[in-house]
Amino acid sequence: MDRIPILKLGDCLIVSLHVDLHDRLALTLQDDLASRVVSTGAKGVLIDISGLDMVDSFIGRILGNIATLCQVLDAETVIVGLRPAVAITLVELGVTWTHVRTALNIERGLALLQHHVSLTAPEETRDEPDDAQR
Amino acid sequence: MTSQTTPRGEVLPVHSEDDVVRVRQAVRQCALAVGFSLVDQTKLVTAASELARNVLVHGHGGQVRLDVLASPRIGIQLVFEDQGPGIPDLERALQEGFSTGGGLGLGLSGSRRLMNEFRIQSQPGDTRVTVIKWKA
Repeated sequence: MDRIPILKLGDCLIVSLHVDLHDRLALTLQDDLASRVVSTGAKGVLIDISGLDMVDSFIGRILGNIATLCQVLDAETVIVGLRPAVAITLVELGVTWTHVRTALNIERGLALLQHHVSLTAPEETRDEPDDAQR
Repeated sequence: MTSQTTPRGEVLPVHSEDDVVRVRQAVRQCALAVGFSLVDQTKLVTAASELARNVLVHGHGGQVRLDVLASPRIGIQLVFEDQGPGIPDLERALQEGFSTGGGLGLGLSGSRRLMNEFRIQSQPGDTRVTVIKWKA
């Protein structure tokens, strides 16, 4: 069966989606990403959809699910590369991504994820002395 | 909708997810050939994807007829047909957020917003959704 490759870069997983994304493939990606977040301990997931020339409500929902799922697994998701025409259509269609972060391109998306990783990492180490004092 | 269609009507089967993808591609090619703007192409393809999925999921398969309209304006007409159980409460089905298929419930209401004309008729064994996008 077809699978979408998931690349690992540092603490992040990177996925690039292309035009002929059918429903089953999107669902497989959702499961694969969840497994990879757990097995790699990734803190960030970047999904590049610059190759998609349309995002309908099903694909939109799967992308939203992925973001929520990864959040539950302690990883931040950023969707990048949304084309203007796709964005306009999504809004008109009525898809709302309340928990989905977006960035203009891969570079900004990675910067956002790095920022998130660097924000969460020191906090954990800062917690330790506090715990020791108690 | 008393529009005339060109004889170049194309009928595409919708019996699998791959067919849904093929419908998107055929509609995209047609919209490109007719000269739709990129935004209108995207709206048309997205609506086609929603409605083709409905045919597959709710209608247990069917077909799409794709026609280029020449009069009164240039446009693309898509007719989605299935012989499934039909939609018992059309008004409710057209409401935003109403879904029986485990989706977002944006298929019908959303595609109606993306198109210029939207007509639906449904009874058990015969559901037909006709949509038109006019060239701006």
